[in-house]
Amino acid sequence: MFMIEKAFKGGREYWIWLTCLLSIIVIGFCFYLRQLDAGLAITGLSRDVSWGLYIAQFTFFVGVAASAVMVVLPYYLHDAKEFGRVAILGEFLAISAVVVCMLFIFVDLGQPARILNIILYPSPRSLMFWDMISLSGYLLLNAIMAFVSLRAEYEESRAPQWIKPLALISIPWAVSIHTVTAFLYSGLAGRSFWLTAILAPRFLASAFAAGPALLILLCLALEKFASYDAGKEAIKKLAVIMTYAMAMNVFFVLVETFTVLYSGIPEHLEHFKYLYFGLDGSFNLVAWMWTSMLFAIAAVVLLLTPAWRGRFLPLACVLVFLSLLLDKGLGLIVGGFVPSPLGSVTHYAPTLPECCIVAGIWALGAFLITVFYKIVLVVRKGVAG
Amino acid sequence: MKITRKDFLRLSGLSILAAGAKQAVRAVEQERLTKSRPAARAVRWGMAVDLKKCREKDGCNACVHACNSAHNIPQFADRAHEVKWIWTEPFATVFPFAKGSYSTESDSGVPVPLMCNHCANPPCTRVCPTQATWKRGDGIVMMDWHRCIGCRYCIAACPYGSRSFNWQDPRPAIANINPEFPTRTKGVVEKCNFCEERLARGQKPACVDACPQGIFTFGNLADPDSELRQLLRARFAVQRQPELGTGPSIYYLV
Amino acid sequence: MRDRIWIFAGLAVFVAALTAPFWWAHAVAMPLAKRPDLVLPANQKECVVPTETMRAMHMQLLVNWREDVVRRGDRQYVAYNGKIYEKSLTHTCLGCHNKAEFCDRCHAYSGVSTPSCWNCHNEPQTRIAGSTP
Repeated sequence: MFMIEKAFKGGREYWIWLTCLLSIIVIGFCFYLRQLDAGLAITGLSRDVSWGLYIAQFTFFVGVAASAVMVVLPYYLHDAKEFGRVAILGEFLAISAVVVCMLFIFVDLGQPARILNIILYPSPRSLMFWDMISLSGYLLLNAIMAFVSLRAEYEESRAPQWIKPLALISIPWAVSIHTVTAFLYSGLAGRSFWLTAILAPRFLASAFAAGPALLILLCLALEKFASYDAGKEAIKKLAVIMTYAMAMNVFFVLVETFTVLYSGIPEHLEHFKYLYFGLDGSFNLVAWMWTSMLFAIAAVVLLLTPAWRGRFLPLACVLVFLSLLLDKGLGLIVGGFVPSPLGSVTHYAPTLPECCIVAGIWALGAFLITVFYKIVLVVRKGVAG
Repeated sequence: MKITRKDFLRLSGLSILAAGAKQAVRAVEQERLTKSRPAARAVRWGMAVDLKKCREKDGCNACVHACNSAHNIPQFADRAHEVKWIWTEPFATVFPFAKGSYSTESDSGVPVPLMCNHCANPPCTRVCPTQATWKRGDGIVMMDWHRCIGCRYCIAACPYGSRSFNWQDPRPAIANINPEFPTRTKGVVEKCNFCEERLARGQKPACVDACPQGIFTFGNLADPDSELRQLLRARFAVQRQPELGTGPSIYYLV
Repeated sequence: MRDRIWIFAGLAVFVAALTAPFWWAHAVAMPLAKRPDLVLPANQKECVVPTETMRAMHMQLLVNWREDVVRRGDRQYVAYNGKIYEKSLTHTCLGCHNKAEFCDRCHAYSGVSTPSCWNCHNEPQTRIAGSTP
């Protein structure tokens, strides 16, 4: 069913790449064992900043997972044939991203052995409960769609008819996973940085920019290393989607900045001050936030100019991805906690163990994508020749 | 036995539905049981704190010390990992409406004891994915350290910063373990529990008994004739961020 | 089949090796492992539940007590003989039993690792200073 045996057909570069990823995964795992033993004290988290890199990265990668819908939607809903060769790549990216998300949640838990309590004692009033349901459902949906359609391709038969309704369900479901994640934050009365209605639209816009950015980069990598043509038209269309989404995202950020700056309410303003200018002697996020903003503006300029969008596409994708990785995957979460409800500014910087665990999970995501894409390539090459 | 794919899917779907229904019934039952335990008369535990009498700035921290000893609260050197159920902060920090205001120049140094507000509408219990924290019938926001998975969503949700997380095993940081009360383990969230174990024995909370100035008045907010309610009628009291709709049970007499 | 004898011989050796733990001790008249030397409480003759039931179900009882006390505030346990006890591991169970001489001895003998209860719950009447090993 899963055609895993196809993943063993690779050249030297393939196995070296997998080995490198595996070593990073093992290092991350060893540090995680240390964290299980010593507790989360080995991270840079504190009583005031109780969520950090783990949850921030989870937030970012939920967005990447949701963006698979950007390729599925045109292909299944609008019969846009040019997405034919890239739809399955998007679905596998979604699967890897959801697994990465779930791992980030898992390593953040203080008592991970009790994780089944979320299922044993359902709490429908908690957004985290719905997040678990939507993420699990999304993983299942994409896994079924991807493997069933790939299997059908391998057997050179048509994909079964029931795939179509699943694909249609996955579209609002993808929107829902990221909306639910946004609601995790935007419903908290005590955290004024997050208590904004525009958080969910902002999340969706940044998701539909970051996901296609990564997908385009992966397609270009596949073209370079595996001579797989994902379709020039598809990549162009993805770039257009990314452009609109990134432009909207920058617009939403500016809109929020206006409201905060113009109204001047200190409680809301302090979070922005901390992130972009530093507060009470704590400056460690300032450089990252300005870098993120610079990358975002540069990316939008590149993408909005038609001549440059084609020529500098890889660069634009990298700029989009990194900008959003820093904005959502660091600034958004830490900014919500500083200053604390009692106004104290606590320095947060991820420690070495924390970074290694994050790197291990990234590497696991990359490992999954590599294996999945290898299976796709082998199936398609086999079918073609 | 031969079974068609359609029948198999139908059977699986029904089974999952049945299992889900069982969970839903169990959840509703739990909810009903935890709600149906108030005393015969309505009880809502609350507390008034008389800020005029607090002598913390003269070096008194009897309430903090009593709570820490009674509940085995670890004392960590690293402030980032501190665990505290009751502590004091300056007036202007706790009540931002007083910050920068000329009229309270004299009050800006007044220490304010802070603890869990045991809100009537707590945001923390709403967000807990396992109901490891919930609101009891008598108003106390409880913690179940056996069920907590340590996700720290409740810490994010609390607008008052009342909750602490055990970033590491607390036992090495407890000088004298009180055997009457359990310690906690690493990876769970904790906070003031209104001394519910003492209330069960008919005693008042530890901080209330320990204060030499008697600044804490603990009582039943639902009883209009209680000492607490009479006090609140006699003197003006403020609360922390009541505009958020949390409905705190702690009143500060200024 | 010339190999038949070798196959059966090998099978016989295998089965003998597999079941060795059951017959070896009898064959060589080995002394049985020393049963745990439990020190019973001096002052009480009855537990909250009859002994045989307790042996089988003490963990279940503790879990029920835990849910009752923590989640429902219900601290009173009416025993089978009508006596009322407080539902508490530290006060009631360890009020009579000594953890090291009773609980740990059986758990060590049977190799049942003690659950994580002791990470948090204490023994009564001993002021423990500093860290536990």
